[in-house]
Amino acid sequence: MYKDTPIIFELATKSKASRYIRPLDVPKPDFSSWFGKAYRAEEPNIPDVDEISVVRHYTNLSNKNYHVEIGTYPLGSCTMKYNPKVNEDLAALSGFAATHPLQPDQTVQGNLELLYHLEQLLNDVTGMDAYTFQPAAGAQGELAGVLLIKAYHEDHGNTKRNVMIIPDAAHGTNPATAAMVGYKVREVKSNSKGMVDLAELEKALGDDVAGLMLTNPNTLGIYEENIEKITKMVHDAGGLCYYDGANINAILMHARPGDMGFDCVHMNVHKSFSTPHGGGGPGAGPVGCKAILEPYLPRPVVRKKEESYYLDYDRPKTYGKVRSFVGSFGVLVKTYAYILRNGAEGLHQAAEGAVANSTYLRERLKHAYRVPYDTPSMHEFVMTAEWQKEKYDCNTIDIVKRLIDFGFHPPTIYFPLIVPEAMMLEPTETETWRDLDQLANAFLKIAKEAETNPELLKNAPHDTPISRPDETRAAREPILAG
Amino acid sequence: MIGYLPMDRKERREMLASVGVDLDQLFSMIPECDCIQADEFQALGEEGMSEMDVVDRVKALAAKNMNSECYDSYLGAGYYDHYQPAAVHHLINRAEFLTSYTPYQAEISQGTLQAVFEWQSYITRLTGLPVSNASLYDAASGAAEAMLLACRDKRRYKVFVSEGVHPDTIETIHTYCHAGDIEVVMGALDENGQTTVFPEQGKEFACYLVQSPNFFGVVEDLDLVTEKAHEANALAAVSQDPVSLAVLKRPGDSGMDIAVGEAQSFGIPTSYGGPGAGYMAVTERLMRKMPGRICGATIDRNGRTSYVLTLQAREQHIRRDRATSNICTSQALIATAATIWLALQGSAGLLDVAEQSAAKAIYLEKKLTESGYFKLVYDAPYFREFLIEAKEGIDLREINAALLEEGIIGGLVVPGNRMLIAVTEKKTKEQLDCFADTMLRLCDERGGK
Repeated sequence: MYKDTPIIFELATKSKASRYIRPLDVPKPDFSSWFGKAYRAEEPNIPDVDEISVVRHYTNLSNKNYHVEIGTYPLGSCTMKYNPKVNEDLAALSGFAATHPLQPDQTVQGNLELLYHLEQLLNDVTGMDAYTFQPAAGAQGELAGVLLIKAYHEDHGNTKRNVMIIPDAAHGTNPATAAMVGYKVREVKSNSKGMVDLAELEKALGDDVAGLMLTNPNTLGIYEENIEKITKMVHDAGGLCYYDGANINAILMHARPGDMGFDCVHMNVHKSFSTPHGGGGPGAGPVGCKAILEPYLPRPVVRKKEESYYLDYDRPKTYGKVRSFVGSFGVLVKTYAYILRNGAEGLHQAAEGAVANSTYLRERLKHAYRVPYDTPSMHEFVMTAEWQKEKYDCNTIDIVKRLIDFGFHPPTIYFPLIVPEAMMLEPTETETWRDLDQLANAFLKIAKEAETNPELLKNAPHDTPISRPDETRAAREPILAG
Repeated sequence: MIGYLPMDRKERREMLASVGVDLDQLFSMIPECDCIQADEFQALGEEGMSEMDVVDRVKALAAKNMNSECYDSYLGAGYYDHYQPAAVHHLINRAEFLTSYTPYQAEISQGTLQAVFEWQSYITRLTGLPVSNASLYDAASGAAEAMLLACRDKRRYKVFVSEGVHPDTIETIHTYCHAGDIEVVMGALDENGQTTVFPEQGKEFACYLVQSPNFFGVVEDLDLVTEKAHEANALAAVSQDPVSLAVLKRPGDSGMDIAVGEAQSFGIPTSYGGPGAGYMAVTERLMRKMPGRICGATIDRNGRTSYVLTLQAREQHIRRDRATSNICTSQALIATAATIWLALQGSAGLLDVAEQSAAKAIYLEKKLTESGYFKLVYDAPYFREFLIEAKEGIDLREINAALLEEGIIGGLVVPGNRMLIAVTEKKTKEQLDCFADTMLRLCDERGGK
């Protein structure tokens, strides 16, 4: 095992050979005259490295990563649950992986049937009427969803509606998305229970409102008790309701955005349907909507005529595309396999397991760390290091860095922004009781250490490939390539 | 136990009871009226399926497709079938890369972070531009983000986009620009299939965007685009197939400001159009305006080289509605696969892939056009994809249907009785000869002579 891993460019060998391609069997043209002045005479300035060195290099790099298969990864809002192996095998089948996005429909009936069926499954799960598979990730799903709202208002001549209402606990992607769509953001404050304050919402509503973006359960893990009242208020004011599905994994097959009164929804398939996170992608963010928004969906959509499936591009009211081709098909194959494997009962129990595990962890930790809202939480909860900070000058960052020493990945920290010293924990449903106890015990031990040996926390982590990096230096004197 | 759950309901109940919580009260916060009512689902079964049944079901769907491992295919148009050395998928399927998340905790994410840093390094070396991000969703959304970046930078709300850009990219740009209230002006191609005519009035455009090789395969004159854009004080941007950068002048060397493109062509499976990975490289000056995650090198408390996510003041989790974009992930695993592909191929391999693709495309084009049934539409250099037009009496849609009957997936038929044909290094001379012979025979049979 290599401790130091210089970047790949330092591993160059002197031997330059093309290793993987069979020899050229047609005449080689004179490229210099073929490309003329566009020709690049010098060879690419990338290194030639032998295969075993490449394999060792990336294997050694991989060993510097924490991951789901090594231990509990309670990163709140990210849902780091087990990624079933079988789904990887299925997505890699050459019957899928070697199909080209522009193949004629009759040659990809299997792909189209899968997507068609997946659309029905997602409709069932969310109470929607139609789906697009275009968005490449949750944030792009938000964009695709809010664009539906914009297209609807434009089509109905509602030119003055240019405000999007967003609660203060929302993920940063919500206001960023609204801004990309040209909307002004009007923030509504949360009440003491950690929910949308109805009086504040009432004040925010008006004839300039295009809609509301809401995450339910919200980023505190709390279910909005007035959810149907909220969607009705927005509708009565002429706005539409966007359900940010970031946390829908908590309520799958218990409640559906469609029944709560939402007009459109995105889902992060890695959170709800177990597709792997890949170090930050690729994901997929399918967007569902009610029939009133269906005409505006990006194209193509998958439709069926008699016994065959086809990509429908002939959609006069579509707002266009948010990316190329159909979507991240390979990721959607995994989603499909996961939903089939679970069925309604499996998804229902997965949500129950997620809420049970989070609740158990919260109950075990609530006396050692401050839980700012005593409202029951669902798949995740927020606690803080305020007590430790005040008494022992140990803040959130110190506590979670120490958690690494115990073999766990830290929770999400300093989010939501409305909670100081926040730690957001989401253990997920795939952890065992034993896993949860080990995590809880570590947190409790750290709380004690804060009291007895705060330096231990401040110097953590102790046994990692690097110690705490200098982030200020990284931003002030950026070195972005080698 | 159901699906992937380690605990059954009994154990869950017991666990919760141990901390004084009643399992039956767990969802009591959901009002009765919200609880799921749909007892008849259109597709969702009540029970889950066994792994064996799921495998059978999904494999049966895969078997219904024609795929390029079993059928000779000439489709490209933005997604290309290049060879992926076996080591790539073995490495990226390591759980350490596959099942980790965005590297928020640098101390235990150096693997992903260094891989991203290396990706950024490869992209800067290939494009000749100094700054790259950790990747974007794809070429189309990357180009759209480039338009937004240019408008932010220039504080102008009009962009010039060549008609040689991929139609999906154009449509995506329209979507993003319409949302951001930015006007998109399209520029036509000249008789050689190149973008040489630019807007007359200056000072209004934030950006000129071309694609090279463009959608029709033609290599654009980036020096000219840059000159014209900069004359108008606009940014010069290009969307590219990065494999072509082994043999074509780099955008940075032409003085361009932004390069975007699709890294799928670094041996990533075509997978019906995704996932791939978009890249974006820019000049130093645009660094802090760029969208997306960026990885940077720094040192830890002991002075060791370390990698972190950096320049985060641009991003949504800090800037919220004033962020450079709403993007909060990348295509990390695909970018890592592309990085490993580049590491394995090296300069010699990359050059071989690029040259063989071009040589084989040229070989096939000559065989087809020498027959007299087809002419090359644009008399300009192309890379590994070219546009032919059939002579009167030959209907290319019909030819394509006949090719399918013979187990060949032809090129992409585009308006004007034209076909866009892509060739990669994977094709053998035998395959190309067979394809050309079949095309010509089909033309003969249709009395094209």
